[in-house]
Amino acid sequence: MTVARAGYPTHWISGFGVRAGRPLPLGATEVPGGINFAVCSSRATAMTLVLFQRGEREPLATLPFPESFRVGGVYAMTVFGVTPGSIEYGYRADGPFQPGDGDRFDPSALLVDPYAKLLGGAEVWGERDGPKWPTPWRSRLVDDDFDWAGDRRPALPPERLVIYEAHVRGFTRHPSSKVTSPGTFDGLVDKIPYLRRLGVNCVELMPVFEFDELENARFDEDSGQWRYNYWGYSTVGFFAPKASYAAGRHASPVHELKNLIKRLHQAGIEVILDVVFNHTAEGDERGPTISFRGLDNRTYYMLTPDGDYHNFSGTGNTVNCNDPVVRRFVVDCLRYWATEFHVDGFRFDLAAIMVRDADGTPLADPPLVGALASDPVLRDCKLIAEAWDAAGLYLVGGFPSYGRWSEWNGRYRDTLRRFIKGDPGVAGDMATRFVGSPDLYGERGPTASVNFVTAHDGFTLADLVSYNEKHNESNGEGGRDGENVNNSWHCGHEGETDDEEIIALRRRQMRNALLILLTSQGIPMLLAGDEVGRTQHGNNNAYCHDGPLSWLDWSLVDQNADLFEFTRRAIAFRHAHPVLRMPAYPAETAVSWHGARQGSPDWSAESRFFAVLLHQRTNLWHDCVYVAANARWEGHELDLPAPPDGLAWHLFADTSAPAPHDAHEPGSEPLLTDQSRRWIGARSVVVLAARKTSDQGSDKP
Amino acid sequence: MTFHSSSHISDGVATIRISGELLARSAGQLNRLINEVAEQRPTRVVFLMADLTRLSSAGLRSLVFAHQRLGRSVEIVLVGARPEVAEMIRHTGLDQSVVMQEPMG
Repeated sequence: MTVARAGYPTHWISGFGVRAGRPLPLGATEVPGGINFAVCSSRATAMTLVLFQRGEREPLATLPFPESFRVGGVYAMTVFGVTPGSIEYGYRADGPFQPGDGDRFDPSALLVDPYAKLLGGAEVWGERDGPKWPTPWRSRLVDDDFDWAGDRRPALPPERLVIYEAHVRGFTRHPSSKVTSPGTFDGLVDKIPYLRRLGVNCVELMPVFEFDELENARFDEDSGQWRYNYWGYSTVGFFAPKASYAAGRHASPVHELKNLIKRLHQAGIEVILDVVFNHTAEGDERGPTISFRGLDNRTYYMLTPDGDYHNFSGTGNTVNCNDPVVRRFVVDCLRYWATEFHVDGFRFDLAAIMVRDADGTPLADPPLVGALASDPVLRDCKLIAEAWDAAGLYLVGGFPSYGRWSEWNGRYRDTLRRFIKGDPGVAGDMATRFVGSPDLYGERGPTASVNFVTAHDGFTLADLVSYNEKHNESNGEGGRDGENVNNSWHCGHEGETDDEEIIALRRRQMRNALLILLTSQGIPMLLAGDEVGRTQHGNNNAYCHDGPLSWLDWSLVDQNADLFEFTRRAIAFRHAHPVLRMPAYPAETAVSWHGARQGSPDWSAESRFFAVLLHQRTNLWHDCVYVAANARWEGHELDLPAPPDGLAWHLFADTSAPAPHDAHEPGSEPLLTDQSRRWIGARSVVVLAARKTSDQGSDKP
Repeated sequence: MTFHSSSHISDGVATIRISGELLARSAGQLNRLINEVAEQRPTRVVFLMADLTRLSSAGLRSLVFAHQRLGRSVEIVLVGARPEVAEMIRHTGLDQSVVMQEPMG
């Protein structure tokens, strides 16, 4: 953005003509004849701008801000004769170093501009060719001219979303991906046809804000591999896309990410970014001073009365989200991503921290959460909270929603896992989760619930049915890291096996989970690779693995083509039946619960079964689906409720049937020969659709 | 058989009733109606097509036009398509972009 302002130098500093700048917008902004630099700090006593020729180690110039260039807490200076493409910059902030009072100014540290639109110093994944740690980062400006080609956001109503959670690098880094630029934004573009074929319509990208994959990097002698900060939940630059996710065939990483989003939109796929505002890469007092700590430690971080860092994030520090300055920063940041990158929504990592006051107290009316909900620029963006933090604040069902926020429904995940493994006493809870968790989101509606069975953090789906215990030894933390309670079941053997019965059961269990997930009210989310049985060999916390353990092996698409096809059909079935994705909780007349006998559901502790008839009646059409889920180790006969007049039951899916008969093409399902009874196999799910009889054959061979 | 089309909108749901033969010569009429409906910014558009006896490729393009004109945020529901019409829609893959439902009664 160019801020039009006729200007001429009023001062000369270090050989550059300068004048008092504009305090807003914060950050570096091109103006006629130069660049306006604006940075805020409420406690600094002096601020210095450090300019570099792009790529050079030593500064081009050091420009202290004259006191007259400070407006309130903002230091602003226009520097003439510099152009955005040729320079990099940073700040040095002076002030008290009194940790007991919360101040940690260090004028020797070159600080990242919190508003920097791009960072130099780490353009190649896993390599540093710039200045060495602890300050490899240089803030950059970008030419934001980009041809969006009339980009139109899909603007899908929340109830129609099927979210697919993916890691940009891991999605295409494996050699089997056969993309032109593995592990990059461009690589993901090459896989858009795959996403279209699968049928998902929203991609949730794990962190793409600049982070340092070499943070805490260590060499694992047993495997001979480096362990990285692979996932990226440790932000360095909140306005800057991860530079090393760019293949380099576009003008900048900014352009490459915009191109990815444009291409996804063209395919009808929305983009949600996983954003991390709960902590930063600076860690606790032992961590590097990168930006916030050196600019305004006690504004940006939650501190104890002794000036120590609160650690509600489990990573060393906690961002002070509800401070007015920080709140404005977060809102500015998300507005930038929504307007400049056309992002469709955000998922907030450890969002419960955004509910805490400066001392950690949970707030009933947290200003940041409310501000995001009511912000006019963000009005059409989806807002999804991971409604817990690492210090025990668990707000699933209770996150302040302001009529806008959805939540990762952790209780859905836990209940579905327990149900399919056959735990007693779960059937009733499963039924409640299935209809969108009205006990949790009664006034908010089912789209407040983002349902999932797996996510990046935890077992993959294949591992969920193959391991009872986590196997995290290769993380180098003595196996202590990662969740201990996974509600997983290995189906009779821990890990890989050639026992065909166990393999068949695992395949069925994966289908059971996917089918229940994709027929539940709410917003379903799939973990990338689960549709083809990706394994992490029992590792449930693969945050540090930049290798085959974390990368999607694309040979699985052929190897497990039957599972892919099942998932594809289940997604298509969801899209074909509005009754499975209602925007509001279904009326009582639209839902009837059943047991083995029609109208006799069994919610006893010993029950491992539920069956439900969903019937949406408008004045124009019917939509009627029957779902029966049996988590018991024995099959049994089902009495089927009658379909609506004039319609007949057709078999969409039976997970006990061998592929390709485990699921049929929606709209071409075979007629059920016996319309009043149906056998449901052990640990199986059956789904029927009511429609007019056609000549699609019957379910009998 | 002559093509007929009519529409009304209520609570954001637009209903377009089409009957007869939707061929090249009648596609323009439907396109104009779709444009009028789109101006009203419905959230869902329902085509009642139980009385649609024939759908040519040009007619099918009108349904594709509706999908493009209305945008992805608007769900299109096709109600009561006769088997031969439904087969045509499935054959072209349009069923992946719309919802096909059975009529009441």
